[in-house]
Amino acid sequence: MGHLTYEESKSKANKIIIILGIITIFEVVFALMGKGYIIEGLHFPIAITGIVMIVLSLVKAYLIVYEFMHMKYEAPALVKTVLLPTLLLIWAVIAFFWEGSFWKNRRGTAKMENSAQVKPVVPQGVETKLLTTRDFD
Amino acid sequence: MATDTLVHENTEATDKSAWSGGKSPFKASYGKLMMWYFLLSDAFTFAGFLIAYGTLRFSMPTWPVPDFVFSSFPGGFHEKPLYFVTLMTFILLASSYTMVRAVQEGHQENKNGVVVWMFWTILGGIAFLSCQAWEWNTLLGKEHMTVTKNPFGTHTEKGIYLTADGKAEGETFDAGASYLLHKAGAGHGDAHAEGDAHAEGHGDGHSDHGAHYEGPGDYADAVVNEDGFILKKFKVLEGDDAGMIKTESLGPKAFGALFFFITGFHGFHVLSGVVFLIIIMVNSGTGLYTKRKNGYEMVEKIGLYWHFVDLVWVFVFLVFYLL
Repeated sequence: MGHLTYEESKSKANKIIIILGIITIFEVVFALMGKGYIIEGLHFPIAITGIVMIVLSLVKAYLIVYEFMHMKYEAPALVKTVLLPTLLLIWAVIAFFWEGSFWKNRRGTAKMENSAQVKPVVPQGVETKLLTTRDFD
Repeated sequence: MATDTLVHENTEATDKSAWSGGKSPFKASYGKLMMWYFLLSDAFTFAGFLIAYGTLRFSMPTWPVPDFVFSSFPGGFHEKPLYFVTLMTFILLASSYTMVRAVQEGHQENKNGVVVWMFWTILGGIAFLSCQAWEWNTLLGKEHMTVTKNPFGTHTEKGIYLTADGKAEGETFDAGASYLLHKAGAGHGDAHAEGDAHAEGHGDGHSDHGAHYEGPGDYADAVVNEDGFILKKFKVLEGDDAGMIKTESLGPKAFGALFFFITGFHGFHVLSGVVFLIIIMVNSGTGLYTKRKNGYEMVEKIGLYWHFVDLVWVFVFLVFYLL
């Protein structure tokens, strides 16, 4: 329990659970409001709702790890060995999401190229064969 | 004499640094430390799943809208976006709180307190699992989403549905509107028989479904595919393809697999958590941990695990339901 007495930690837990509840309600209301469910015709851009949700979720994660899991009261070296490796995930998120949107753009380009009409020029008297996808199977 | 000096030097070194041996630099027991590292590795597993979800979602032109997909509530209610998952979140948060209380009572060496608060935590875990069972049952049984088939699609163009006689006189929809494909025949009728007037409203522009289709084939207003999904025909009203007749298609395939695997993996954590909570509650009740006189450290360890399950849910809730 670290430096807190029983009564102190009890009231702290009560406080934290109320904060977590309020954040959760706010997140849901904000998500629905951003999509126009609560006030007719009011929409927020996805960038704003997205950032607000992610920041609030990180706040919730902080409260759960630091208060409920008592990370706050652990030795600093232990905290570092657990938390520093998770920073690698920042790289993973950026790299993979970047790749994901690249696939999307690539798919768009491929679709455009496929729909582009090219008339084959067939020289007179020369026997030609147009390659189809079957030729590559 | 030489030995004495050596011992003396070592004691001095220990005072200077926590890393010279003789005491635990992390001030934590082996079990607790390893629980932290297990949770760290588990966090990476979940992060891998969630990043895969994000990557696939980013790579698709459209993606099912969560507040359309998750809008059912027990008792036949529909169009209640996110209400049910919010309830699930609160159940898990509440069980996290009761777990904190159990750990606190453990530090007080209060056996009855530990057992009572762990009991509430177990009830919370079981309630969460029941909610998830209902959610899965709705998606699998009534909305026909499976690991490989996703009936939740999104329109990319403004259009108007064809009516049963093939004329473009049905309901109109905008680009970005979500739809849920229904199945032809009895399957869907059953699903809505238990519902009420609200049930019919679920799925924009699908007020009539199923009745007049006899098996797979091409009909005037829809195509029924081999799995029995009714792909309604519509006339495009705007854009490059204006005037063309198109049919609806199934939504991104990966959605079903990602949903069932990620929430399933989380649910499996909750399930194993409940099993371990029961074991540790029984052990607490028999007085096993009282004898150990270490402030119910076992309760603290399962507490770490249980909070981690809650922590993962925060992020599952974020990426699947909120964004």
